[in-house]
Amino acid sequence: MRAATWAREDRMMDRLLLVDRRGGGLADRTMRDLPGSLGRGDVLVVNDSATLPASLSGRGPLGEAIELRLLGMAVGGGESGSLGGGEAEEVGSRWTGVLFGEGDYRMRTEDRPAPPRVRAGDRLSFGGGGAGLSGGLSAGLSAGLAAGLAAIVEEVSPVSARLVTVRMSESGGRLLQAIYRLGRPVQYSYVTRPLALWDVQTAYSGRPWSVEEPSAGRSLTVPLLAELRERGVEIATLTHAAGLSATGDPALDARLPLPERYRIPEETARAVERARRGERRVVAVGTSVVRALEGCFAEHGRLVAGSGVTDLRLGPETRLRVVTDLLTGMHEPGTSHFELLQAFASRAVVEEAHAHAEATGYLGHELGDFALFVS
Amino acid sequence: MKLQGMSVLVTGASRGLGAALVEELSRRGARVVGVARGEEELSGVVRRARERGGEVHGIAADVADKEATYAIAGSAAALVGPLDVVIHNASTLGPVPLRALSDTDCEDLERALVVNVVGPFRLTKAVAGSMAVRGRGLVVHVSSDAAVAAYPTWGAYGASKAAFDHVMRVWGAEMESLGVRFVSVDPGEMDTKMHADAVPDADRSALARPEDVARKLVELLASGGEALSSGRVEVGSLPALEAGSPGAEMGNRAEAEMGNRAEEVAA
Repeated sequence: MRAATWAREDRMMDRLLLVDRRGGGLADRTMRDLPGSLGRGDVLVVNDSATLPASLSGRGPLGEAIELRLLGMAVGGGESGSLGGGEAEEVGSRWTGVLFGEGDYRMRTEDRPAPPRVRAGDRLSFGGGGAGLSGGLSAGLSAGLAAGLAAIVEEVSPVSARLVTVRMSESGGRLLQAIYRLGRPVQYSYVTRPLALWDVQTAYSGRPWSVEEPSAGRSLTVPLLAELRERGVEIATLTHAAGLSATGDPALDARLPLPERYRIPEETARAVERARRGERRVVAVGTSVVRALEGCFAEHGRLVAGSGVTDLRLGPETRLRVVTDLLTGMHEPGTSHFELLQAFASRAVVEEAHAHAEATGYLGHELGDFALFVS
Repeated sequence: MKLQGMSVLVTGASRGLGAALVEELSRRGARVVGVARGEEELSGVVRRARERGGEVHGIAADVADKEATYAIAGSAAALVGPLDVVIHNASTLGPVPLRALSDTDCEDLERALVVNVVGPFRLTKAVAGSMAVRGRGLVVHVSSDAAVAAYPTWGAYGASKAAFDHVMRVWGAEMESLGVRFVSVDPGEMDTKMHADAVPDADRSALARPEDVARKLVELLASGGEALSSGRVEVGSLPALEAGSPGAEMGNRAEAEMGNRAEEVAA
């Protein structure tokens, strides 16, 4: 499938392939038709996470050029478990990320030179003194951070020498301001122009927990959401920290997605429960929403409002307990995402849908077209 | 609207009405993020509010800078959760001393429009969708009577405030069904740096104190009254806070505390 190199001007013209989860029937639509595919009492659940500019260019311990792509705030020992439902919003200094060698997004991820080997205690530096500065400097963010940002390596993963846990020299608001000042959005080589932070936010973004845009909701504009609500479709939110979709290391890619944190508001837990009892549809916008809802259910035996971490991996074996329908981007066979779709439809149906999309010119990847797996 | 636990963003938070709003909102239990260009002054405002037990954060950024928009919106949501209320209080008078339109440089008018219209437009765009999916939210524009009346020499400022008042009205019409409200507030003439810049020889004793205006405005938010759906509110026409209302009572206590502190310093 051809990758979209940029977003369409008119988001309502993005194509939408309706896929009957069971019968396998296909229908070609556009995003403008989405409201007609949903009904009164259905609940559409979106991931309201904003996207951080998670790509930090800088220097390794010996001054080598590196790029650190943040995965997110460290979530304990990578174990699944509840973090409790408190209201406190802490921005800690321990983060995980994936290291790349020199170069940038213009080179295919898998062709990038390996990063220098790092060990616990090594220092990575970003910005400050001009060395390794990646642009994205904003005159408007005078956070007193001219000295840049440092990250001390705390752990190197046994899975991949690229996967590191670091302790940042800042935390809280100052760390966020440093990331916003020094970072740029993670992007891949098929997107030809540099993405600005504005280009990677959904219309309803809130907490900046994701390092790649939760792109299944990219074309849900505010007027479209208003129309859905007028038709009696309930809109509910959760926040899920969507991670990286590729790292350039096959061993690490095979483990994706890594454990990710989520937060389900009380009203969303109630809305989804109402829909389940009323046998209405629960439509997940994007696989991050599926992971949060199904991961929460798998852990607690029901939907529980609050924060948690999920390591749930979806695939042909998954028995969906909460989500009935999925709005998703178009993805290639062989990716973890393609496996995930088989939680919604048989391999034959997923392959047929893909073949149809490819033959009729649907565009793939995060700026491309969409499919709705309908129950 | 219950202010306790509500997440609120205030721009222009380092002085005047903005600083007073940060103080008053946090005193009443809101979780507040203040935005201003001047980091030093801002951190003073944040520190004072925290000393009184408020949950307050500061973001040093320029609302007029497009690159700063998501840094502001994202940092705020990370620190206090998705925003329930945004108060667009930052603005520029344009060139001072104020001057007739025929003496106003084209670039100065442009600058006033960028700071007073495009900046808050961008920030609203970055947060109002999050309010819409949650089915609730309030956006407040601190406007001016110069947006309504044609005062000589107030052209750049007045035109920009009128323009954003109208942006707010259209936004309100577009988002009404989604539960997001937009209201412009005329705070009246206050004893602030901005007022001194505009009218250097004003009789300051005739001007309202920003603390009093902030208290009335916050009480209005807390009451969640119909006035918030009317599109435009004049603080001067709001009822005086009665003794015994939470705003008045606690405000008086805060004043008394400040008075005591002043005496200590004097001693």
